[in-house]
Amino acid sequence: MEYLNIFIKSIFIDNMIFAFFLGMCSYLAVSKTVKTSAGLGIAVTFVLLITVPVNYLLNKYVLQAGALAWIGESFATVDLSFLSLIMFIAVIAAIVQIVEMVVEKFSPSLYNSLGIFLPLIAVNCAVMGGSLFMQQRDYANIGEVISFSLGSGIGWFLAIVGIAAIREKLRYSHIPPALKGVGITFIITGLMGLAFMSFMGIKL
Amino acid sequence: MKIFTDPLAKNNPITVQVLGICSCLAVTAQLKPALVMAISVTVVVALSNLIISLMRNTIPPRIRIIVQLVVVSALVILVNQVLMAFVYDVSKQLSVYVGLIITNCIVMGRLEAFAMSRKPLESFLDGVGNGLGYGIILVIIGAFREIFGSGSIWGYPIMEKLGLYQIGYENNGLVIMAPMALILVGIIIWIQRTKDKDLQEN
Repeated sequence: MEYLNIFIKSIFIDNMIFAFFLGMCSYLAVSKTVKTSAGLGIAVTFVLLITVPVNYLLNKYVLQAGALAWIGESFATVDLSFLSLIMFIAVIAAIVQIVEMVVEKFSPSLYNSLGIFLPLIAVNCAVMGGSLFMQQRDYANIGEVISFSLGSGIGWFLAIVGIAAIREKLRYSHIPPALKGVGITFIITGLMGLAFMSFMGIKL
Repeated sequence: MKIFTDPLAKNNPITVQVLGICSCLAVTAQLKPALVMAISVTVVVALSNLIISLMRNTIPPRIRIIVQLVVVSALVILVNQVLMAFVYDVSKQLSVYVGLIITNCIVMGRLEAFAMSRKPLESFLDGVGNGLGYGIILVIIGAFREIFGSGSIWGYPIMEKLGLYQIGYENNGLVIMAPMALILVGIIIWIQRTKDKDLQEN
């Protein structure tokens, strides 16, 4: 039940885009058509689902204060948490590179549809943000972390597909010329955020 | 000189290049964290531009992203430690967004677009300019949201001192919420593009 609660919470209430504005750059740049934005959304979900649990293990067994106690008594006082930023980004960049190579080898069709987005994801704030929130919120076990990362990914996917669908329709409406493009996208994202706020307070 | 002044308005990183939006929106509910964030980003962009520009001829193109990330994250760790040491309360408020300067698109974008191909001094100026351009928008939004959302400025309760509450004025709770920040940026872009017709999109 706890897993489901975290899952729903990270999709709707703590939505990466509407509540924390993470991954806005690619969200604004790639949301011109539904097809490409769905591809990016799936890629981000996939990468989040792999990197956040890996970083959780890294944080728990290497970086946290006293995390190195499993090596021996003398390591029990070591606190490497100041290194977490550089370790997380290194893990993310490496995993994105590996995912890219594996996907290219085993599923060329998926690679062709995701290919151009994968390198971009290494510097997507949503992925890094997922790891940092995981560290900050102190999840109890790996199951909770997995449901959090899957939920955040799906939330991001829903947001980018939603805005892409709206932008496709917007092309035929009369918008003041100065507001066209980025301006109106910001305002609509704000309005979608207001709508998502109605999920606040839901608890399973 | 043009390198330095362009990013302040005509080529502003937020409203024109549309980079670094995440942190811009998340930290601007009050003026103080917005200003601290603006300074941190300026420091990181300027120094990483300078360092990468000094190293640009020795970086192999295939692994440049990793090299850039390492330089940027080292700088961000420094900034993070300094913030935690001197302004602990603000650093708590900024929470993960200090760490997210690493993946802030302004930093990576300027490194890729500018520092990889220019001389160190130019790159440094470009970094400072972009950091300040980002800072201006952050301070505008932060000031607006603090005045209308919590009725104070820099923690000073300006609305109460003016006596506006007695005549029925109320703080607008919506302004401190997340969606309002997005709408504000949209409006700033609208105003800027109305004035400067070159920037309009078709």
